[in-house]
Amino acid sequence: MREIDVSLITEKIALLVQEVNYSLPKDILSAIRSTKESETNERAKGILSILIENSRIAREKQIPICQDTGLCLFFVELGEDVRVEGLYPAINSGVRKGYTEGYLRMSMAKSPLFRENTKDNTPAIIHTEIVSGDSLKIQLLIRGGGSENMSLLKMLGPTEKEEAITEAVLAHTREKACFVCPPLFIGIGIGGDSGKAVLLSKKAVLRGLVRNANERIAILEESLLEKVNQLGIGPAGLGGRTTALAVNIEEYPTHIGLFPIAITLSCCATRYGQIEV
Amino acid sequence: MKRIIIPEEREALFDLVEGEEILLSGRCYTIRDSACKRLVADNSLPFEMKNEMLYFAGPSPARPGEIIGSCGPTTSSRMEPFFEFFLSKGVSGMIGKGPLSKEAISILAKYKAVYFVGIGGVAAYLSQFIKASTIIAYPELGTEAIHRLILKDLPLYTK
Repeated sequence: MREIDVSLITEKIALLVQEVNYSLPKDILSAIRSTKESETNERAKGILSILIENSRIAREKQIPICQDTGLCLFFVELGEDVRVEGLYPAINSGVRKGYTEGYLRMSMAKSPLFRENTKDNTPAIIHTEIVSGDSLKIQLLIRGGGSENMSLLKMLGPTEKEEAITEAVLAHTREKACFVCPPLFIGIGIGGDSGKAVLLSKKAVLRGLVRNANERIAILEESLLEKVNQLGIGPAGLGGRTTALAVNIEEYPTHIGLFPIAITLSCCATRYGQIEV
Repeated sequence: MKRIIIPEEREALFDLVEGEEILLSGRCYTIRDSACKRLVADNSLPFEMKNEMLYFAGPSPARPGEIIGSCGPTTSSRMEPFFEFFLSKGVSGMIGKGPLSKEAISILAKYKAVYFVGIGGVAAYLSQFIKASTIIAYPELGTEAIHRLILKDLPLYTK
């Protein structure tokens, strides 16, 4: 049994939430740079340059790339040979410390009905998976209100095929992209039950700019990205080819009578990162 | 590209065409969900709204010695239920992000008010165009307090 001191986790999380908010992930920055080359709309090109400039300013001044520093969504992979006492309080302490010391915005309300800001951006939302081994990996995805509000869950029919996914993604993107600050990072979860599909759609974003290992899914991702970029929505919704930087799909086995699909529209300020202890 | 100073040159706001980019300077007030709700529930105005511009935004906290943290537009459509109230008090227009419903657009037209969109997700960049920030109401709401901002050349687009 490997024992992990929780104070180490708090320190690392406090740093992670700041780093992640102060600049775009490297892979997303390079995707913006390369898509800028192929963008033909001048205004769109200009806005893509502003995205890069924004990340530079934020990193330099240690201020958030987006004022909505979001809710903290964590995916924990906890090795079964690890002993850690008080993991969730340690993660929340890290969020509290990082958001306070890092001048990040406090955006959590105590209750959906009765509101009232918790003033320290906790509680975080934490999902844990037990894996083999003695390592602890914690992934963080920042979810802003504007983009999270445009999430979709839909139950397709079990006999439907790729076309149904394409149709759902294009219809949803056409309708909601402008609310989310494009260029988008589109995460799609298919399979499982309704809840699993939603989680997968977020994990799909966390995969970053890497194609799915399953070739048939990878082909669908490519084709969806191409179709989304023909919608003409463009950066900031002001026209252009660059409506999305990526479309990622994650799947899971499902019930013989089910075909859930969830779509997470992540924004041009997609922020993620991870720590390993 | 037109440069407009508000409220002094507010008449120029009404001569713009759709999709035009402008650089806005002068005074505006931040407002978002909780403050909207408060203001309408209390039916009291913490500032004179006539001829003023509202900016749907909730900035991040300022580092010591800085004017403001990061500040960019939030989704305007969430504030639509409050449009009639604001416009009936004489607001000139609103700044936010994203599209508005047909109903909201017709309320804007009824009061001859304007709507601008800012670029979302680039708040560190946009905060450079804010030259002063003062909390004038509801400090207990944190980021959702009403801030009076002084802008210098904030890039915006007409919708």
